[in-house]
Amino acid sequence: MSPALNTTVLAATSDASEHRALIISLFAAFVIATLFITVWAGRQTKSAADFYAGGRQFTGFQNGLAISGDYMSAASFLGIAGAIALFGYDGFLYSIGFLVAWLVALLLVAEPLRNSGRYTMGDVLAYRMRQRPVRTAAGTSTIVVSIFYLLAQMAGAGVLVSLLLGITSDAGKILIVALVGVLMIVYVTIGGMKGTTWVQMVKAVLLITGTILITFLILLKFNFNVSDLLGTAASNSGKGSAFLEPGLKYGVSDTSKLDFISLGIALVLGTAGLPHILIRFYTVPTSKAARKSVNWAIGIIGAFYLMTIVLGFGAAALLKPGDIIASNKAGNTAAPLAALEIGGGGDSAGGAILLAVISAVAFATILAVVAGLTLASSSSFAHDIYANVIKKGKATEKEEMRAARWSTVFIGIVSIALGALARDLNVAGLVALAFAVAASANLPTILYSLFWKRFTTQGALWSIYGGLVAAVGLVLFSPVVSGKPTSMFPDANFDFFPLENPGLISIPLGFLLGWLGTMLSKEEPDKGKYAELEVRSLTGTGAH
Amino acid sequence: MAPDASPPSKDGEAPAPHAPSTEEFLQEQASPEFGELRKAHRSFAFPLTVAFIVWYLAYVLLSNYAGGFMGTKLFGNINVALVLGLGQFLTTFLIAWFYSRHANAKLDPKAEAIKSRLEAGA
Repeated sequence: MSPALNTTVLAATSDASEHRALIISLFAAFVIATLFITVWAGRQTKSAADFYAGGRQFTGFQNGLAISGDYMSAASFLGIAGAIALFGYDGFLYSIGFLVAWLVALLLVAEPLRNSGRYTMGDVLAYRMRQRPVRTAAGTSTIVVSIFYLLAQMAGAGVLVSLLLGITSDAGKILIVALVGVLMIVYVTIGGMKGTTWVQMVKAVLLITGTILITFLILLKFNFNVSDLLGTAASNSGKGSAFLEPGLKYGVSDTSKLDFISLGIALVLGTAGLPHILIRFYTVPTSKAARKSVNWAIGIIGAFYLMTIVLGFGAAALLKPGDIIASNKAGNTAAPLAALEIGGGGDSAGGAILLAVISAVAFATILAVVAGLTLASSSSFAHDIYANVIKKGKATEKEEMRAARWSTVFIGIVSIALGALARDLNVAGLVALAFAVAASANLPTILYSLFWKRFTTQGALWSIYGGLVAAVGLVLFSPVVSGKPTSMFPDANFDFFPLENPGLISIPLGFLLGWLGTMLSKEEPDKGKYAELEVRSLTGTGAH
Repeated sequence: MAPDASPPSKDGEAPAPHAPSTEEFLQEQASPEFGELRKAHRSFAFPLTVAFIVWYLAYVLLSNYAGGFMGTKLFGNINVALVLGLGQFLTTFLIAWFYSRHANAKLDPKAEAIKSRLEAGA
């Protein structure tokens, strides 16, 4: 498999210089190593619990590492470093929301979910409710959230890998997106959750190691004087001390300030509603291990975001702002460019090696994250929609796994097509939208289901569909889609909603609809089922 | 209730845990022990969640509407904004540690006791 991949990439870069050859060899090494892991994991994947939950045999530390691998996407690594390099302090605001959000997962969601569910988010949402309508709703929102997130990663992969390899033609970019899509289909269909988890772990170790290396070198250059680093970044940016204060990106107008509040709420409430994160809690044997994995994830992700501050301000201090923007408008290449510079510049061997390492890490990051997302959406399709809605719970384990594999192929193809179309969209923005949809459609129902005894099927449906339609609808009529030069359709004008992030409206609406739907429903809540769910979720009785 | 508890297998493995009925779950939910566990979780997790969300929103609002204050330099080029931002990291680490300590000491033993009682079918 690998020689074929290698020649495809090489053919697309006939003008490949020496460091491109190095980048490609590192990409190929990662691909070969992960395919090896995938095949090995695939041999051990026999039951549905293996495919969906990796056999539930991972330790808290392993899963914490894998969660970090799933969470630290290209948007975190390249997007945040790039945003800091361009907008200074405002770029840093993203990482705070992304990190604080883990406390919602730790305190309220991870352990009860592990105790009461089996394979998907829908297991918990539908526990007390009428199965078919709620499973359908949960499956729909899982797939929508994952596709938004997937789109962001695919768009990022296309732009970024093409850029690093010097591919400028549209055909070349589409080829890269297709390559990423095919690899992710292979990882998930063969390796299942076990293979995907190991790929996440390898990627997390690579990402952390690469980031430590560059952070160390940048700090060394400034004799570990952070104040000096910040001062150089501020003066080099041409914006002076404003570069170190909030406001350069979001403080422009009253609307942009509201947009920032909206983004902040979406980030902090989104994580605990992301299906690809939630299913990771099923890969450990107990709720105590789920708690440990979140603690490890908070430590690893927190340390990583602290280093992106150095990376971002380091890029601002070492590079000319014009060079960062010239390379990629959104700043997505600031981290690789800083690596090139700190290693000794474009003509040096050190620079070429560091650039290759960081590029390979970025590629590994994208591949691992798309695999996790595809697994989440195909699991939900197979387990929630196929097995419990279409087959009414009578599908055999074999049939369910076959459905999961086929839906992986289908979702992979859909995301290749969408990723090819969306290749010029802003990566970090799309991820923030996925967070907003997750916080509006999923989080209210998760919390009500676990903690509110009166909650009913109607409440769940109103909340999931209401939150989903509000979030996606508001995005559709926002400047993300039309009306601005950076929009998807810059020449059309149907941007009736002024904010780029819908969270400020759609998240409260999701919570409100869940409450209203419950208060107005004629059916009585199922007291026995709630007793089962509450006792199981807090004690782990009968956990699978 | 007893018949669905399977007998110990011949090679001496532990018997499959008893699967409690809905009646048993309802009884357990109403028991004082479970009430204590629920209270120990909720009275800790709910106020703490409100607290960290308020602190995070305060930080977001300060960044938006108190630019002057946030830009105040404390030492060298380190300003209030950076210190408060790093403060969010610090409180996140502390809350995670604090909750885990609480869960290990106060929640796990209670949960374990209820689980083994229910699964024993007593």
